[in-house]
Amino acid sequence: MSCSFPALKCWAILSRPLRGLNKNAKTFAPSVAPFGPLGCNVISSMSGKINEHVVGKSAPRKEGRRKVTGAALYIDDLTFPEMLHGVTVRSSIARGLIKNIAFAGDIPWAEITVVTAKDIPGENHVALIINDQPYLADGVTNHPEEAIILLAHADKYLLEEARRNVRIDYDESPALFTLEDSVNKKEIIWGEDNVFKSFLVEKGNVDDVWESADLVVDGEYHTGAQEQLYIENNGVIAIANPAEGVTVWGSMQCPYYVHKALVKLFALPEDKIRVIQTETGGGFGGKEEYPSMIAGHAALLAWKTGKPVKIIYDRAEDMVATTKRHPSRTRHRTAVTKDGKLTAMEIDFVIDGGAYCTLSPVVLSRGTIHAAGPYSCPNVRIRSSAVATNTPPHGAFRGFGAPQSIFALERHLDKVAHAIGLEPDEFRRRNFVTEGQTTATSQVIREKVEMGQLLDRALKLSDYHAKREKFAGENPTSRIKKGIGFASFMHGAGFTGSGEVYLQSVVGAEATADGRVKILSASTEIGQGTNTIFSQIAADALGVDADLIDVAQPDTSSVPNSGPTVASRTCMIVGKLVESAVLGLKQTLIGSGLLQEGYDQKEFQNACRHYVAQFGALKTFSKYQPPPNVNWDDEKYQGDAYGTYAWAVYVAEVSVDLLTYEAHVQDFVALQEVGRVINPVLAAGQIEGGVGQAIGFTLFENVVWDKGRMINNQMTNYIIPTAADIPPIRVFFEENPYAYGPSGAKGIGELPMDGAAPAILSAIENATGVRFNHVPLMPEAMMKELV
Amino acid sequence: MRANVPAYQLISPSSLGEALQVLSDEPGVWKPFAGGTDLMVLLEAGKLAHKQYLNIWNLDELRGIEVTDSHVILGALTTYTQVQANPVLQAEFPMLCQAASETGGLAIQNRGTVGGNITNASPAADSPPALLAYDAELELVSSADARWIPYHGFHTGYKQMLLRPEELLARVRLPRSTVPLHQHYRKVGTRKAQAISKICFAGTASMNNSTIDDVRIVFGSVAPVPRRCVKTEASLRGRTIDAGTIEVAKRSLANEIVPIDDVRSTRDYRVRVSLNLLVDFLSRISPHT
Amino acid sequence: MDTSANTSKITCTVNGKAETLKAHPLERLLDVLREQLHLTGTKEGCGEGECGACSVVLNGEIVNSCLVPVAQAAGATIKTIEGVASGDQLHRVQQSFLEFGGAQCGICTPGMVLAAVDLLERNPNPSETEIRTGLAGNLCRCTGYMKIFESVVQACKSE
Repeated sequence: MSCSFPALKCWAILSRPLRGLNKNAKTFAPSVAPFGPLGCNVISSMSGKINEHVVGKSAPRKEGRRKVTGAALYIDDLTFPEMLHGVTVRSSIARGLIKNIAFAGDIPWAEITVVTAKDIPGENHVALIINDQPYLADGVTNHPEEAIILLAHADKYLLEEARRNVRIDYDESPALFTLEDSVNKKEIIWGEDNVFKSFLVEKGNVDDVWESADLVVDGEYHTGAQEQLYIENNGVIAIANPAEGVTVWGSMQCPYYVHKALVKLFALPEDKIRVIQTETGGGFGGKEEYPSMIAGHAALLAWKTGKPVKIIYDRAEDMVATTKRHPSRTRHRTAVTKDGKLTAMEIDFVIDGGAYCTLSPVVLSRGTIHAAGPYSCPNVRIRSSAVATNTPPHGAFRGFGAPQSIFALERHLDKVAHAIGLEPDEFRRRNFVTEGQTTATSQVIREKVEMGQLLDRALKLSDYHAKREKFAGENPTSRIKKGIGFASFMHGAGFTGSGEVYLQSVVGAEATADGRVKILSASTEIGQGTNTIFSQIAADALGVDADLIDVAQPDTSSVPNSGPTVASRTCMIVGKLVESAVLGLKQTLIGSGLLQEGYDQKEFQNACRHYVAQFGALKTFSKYQPPPNVNWDDEKYQGDAYGTYAWAVYVAEVSVDLLTYEAHVQDFVALQEVGRVINPVLAAGQIEGGVGQAIGFTLFENVVWDKGRMINNQMTNYIIPTAADIPPIRVFFEENPYAYGPSGAKGIGELPMDGAAPAILSAIENATGVRFNHVPLMPEAMMKELV
Repeated sequence: MRANVPAYQLISPSSLGEALQVLSDEPGVWKPFAGGTDLMVLLEAGKLAHKQYLNIWNLDELRGIEVTDSHVILGALTTYTQVQANPVLQAEFPMLCQAASETGGLAIQNRGTVGGNITNASPAADSPPALLAYDAELELVSSADARWIPYHGFHTGYKQMLLRPEELLARVRLPRSTVPLHQHYRKVGTRKAQAISKICFAGTASMNNSTIDDVRIVFGSVAPVPRRCVKTEASLRGRTIDAGTIEVAKRSLANEIVPIDDVRSTRDYRVRVSLNLLVDFLSRISPHT
Repeated sequence: MDTSANTSKITCTVNGKAETLKAHPLERLLDVLREQLHLTGTKEGCGEGECGACSVVLNGEIVNSCLVPVAQAAGATIKTIEGVASGDQLHRVQQSFLEFGGAQCGICTPGMVLAAVDLLERNPNPSETEIRTGLAGNLCRCTGYMKIFESVVQACKSE
């Protein structure tokens, strides 16, 4: 986007490595209390007088007070004068032609504004990757609950009655509902072959290995759809008219994604579209791309009515119509020596993308790259594809392909270990990748990686070996079987390969007339702590209190595009730009002579005031520069896939009751190496929350499909864990600072989603002797194998 | 909120007498509305078919728990919280207290009522199996009449019951046991709290040394109504608990329950777990284990 | 007996203040609080009494306001999240949530705080099991509950 701010200077600050790093991994205590400072690492390379460092402390949540008092304003808390409500009329079939739309019943239709595809001023597609998804179905529908028309009126009750009375006639076509049917091309429903995207990753030559291998082990693994279930449903308010343009407020993760989509929908110039993120009650990826759709709908109604329009989904609509985690099928073929060394891995990874392409290529990408895990193997082939079915498009959900492929890998390696007579942990130890070795994409690991030690520590923290022995003794005479299992994995932070370069993220920092510093970024606070850690990073870099830092509300008319709030990039990538941007402020102030090195906070504030009084606004910008020596080949899908990885071992202890075939997680240990913990309470909160969702993914959350529609679209029947269901989740961090992250931090938001499912199923195998290969794993399925 | 709320009516009589008068003046037109924990969910989903409701929440005549020598009598508007707080119910009718504690969360328990649970007539309701196992009786009142009937047989089919259009359920009466009673309740839900049951079991037994003197075997969520398994009871009455008795009882149970596949679970799971629950109950009451 | 099909007048006390509400008797108490009294702290998360984001205290008991028809709030004493703090002074539960990470995205927080306040009023020193049971009617998707438990435990200690 064009830089339309009255900036005094535009800084392009190179990401440079931090001086004075403690290169040894540091560990610290479990997160049961707020933490003090982490020791005496000197973090900021350019600090003056060292104030008490706030990075590493559990600074209180910046917007916490309004959240605990109910004062925080989410989109449904806002009302505008003359505002109308909007609702969406959706397809009741999976695939076919829309023959006729009639407005029936005893409804005052003349009062109700109706918007169809014909009312779209610009292009009828949601701009994302391949622009195949329409905002409103036009003559043809490709999935149940696809949006067809929109209605607006001031009376929300009347609207519900009206919605019920829209009669749509269809000419149904054969539809596909499963990944298998799509792969087998039972019907061609998208493009020429149902395939949105495919990848091939090769290293060495697996074909040379099978014949002579000591042992070859095959396996097949499945994961189901998962609903993000943010407790705040999707919602937006739009004001739109040809004179002023379009303004949308709403619950979202990526204001600039919405901006880009609305530009195309309305065929308006960029500066006529304004998108503002309101307090957002959870996203987890479910509000990455979907808000573009609902924002466009509200804006179209606003455009036609000339009034503000609010669209808020209820839970049933949000669950049935919006994105979910991609279901997957992974096939593994693995060759090992009798000493337990991996010699070849061939992986076939398929994800179900739903009816339109949306983000499937990127989900596929991440799942593909993570499919062979933190292991060293000379010969690897990964073939992957994202295929179409006639279901609402699947989309981003924390982990974004990696939980699916890592589940399969870890389950499979347990099987391989068993086949050669090695304990699961010993087998991993013999194959973990270390510094200097390469991953499946031939990325050379250039940081100190000690997965073996991480594994040792996790097993010790969870009392793994002693418990395995104890359970083996007790289980034969108990109806309740106990087991313990682990998973070892890594997660790449930031966009894949050249993604961050493509994004060209920019962050701004402004020194204000009242001596405060404002951070300008499009990175949204959605509960993960963006506002707080940005304040801490900025405060630390400037040597001032975090209280002096404000984080501007993400509003595309006043903040630059720092990229989407996804991909575990907000701290690691954008946080680094925050650091650079505020350092730019400091350099300007020093350069202007208004501030001397070694300043205190009061001096800093005065300098800001004086600068603004004398010269006008002081704003600096920092633009992303890739770290040196990051080389990625998009064609061959080879090279440095991610700047860095977080490394982890998770251990789950379970009990399985043979009366009801229910499995419960009794204890959970989550150990990860994350570069640097900026805020211990927030970081632990991310891990605990992610593990909670992953436990749901494993044992509770089952999307029940009927001809492409989710039929258990109520919280009564789509089950997430309650406070009574969640085990103690014990979180431990290690730190091996990443040179290009702020204070050494790596990204961690998605990491916790990857490890629980395979760890839990490994534990269930330990408890029952049965190897299950799919999640969600419900008691009904367990029962079939347990007599 | 999917309903067109203005299309509904909720009228608030100020006494039981007034409420019954309305019901007898216009039988079938008005349906009772108690704590709302079932009806409001339907309303919000746009699935509340009936439009006219009689607000009985304020009728204190339907509240209170009375203890006599022979019975505990609960007003129909007794909430799950009130059930759990009553010491006599805790001591002598623990299955009902357990059912109450496992119905929704605290916020539901403060508003949901025993009477509402019965007359909502869901086969998955949590209290009815316990009530059936306790030989509960229901008082049905109209402006003309008041009658006590056994709860057993009250539900005649899916969502159908022996409640006349002009009647209200006023009280639920539980006979206090004169002999020591084994009692076991187990709800198998989709999670540990706030769950709709996949299977619900309530069983009582009085033993004469190692012989089963009398027994109640009741299951929820395995038939169109909460099912008291009388044939299975008959196969156990007067028997000692050995492998043979258990096999006969299991076979009987497999024929008395008719679970289905639904959005929460499967027929096979419900059959198997019901049998497991039966066997578990028998092992609990057996003097040899 | 009030037989008017549409709007009724309902008087009640909300956060210590006498209020007269005008609403259809079957309107949800949740909506009336949010729209007429502009007390938007109480949230809708599910509309089915499952998530607890709409929790309020009604006559001293915690309830899901999405399931209470406003007619049944007649004469009632209601406390919402806005009534938990005393002016600027946060309740110890709120203070604890701030210090110990009990709130992330914040949408479940009003209901969760009320549930915790209600729990501690009934049981000043709950065990871990009692905390889990006491909060089981409030779903959180962000925290995995750990820091919510911690916040409640610490709130008990701070008295």
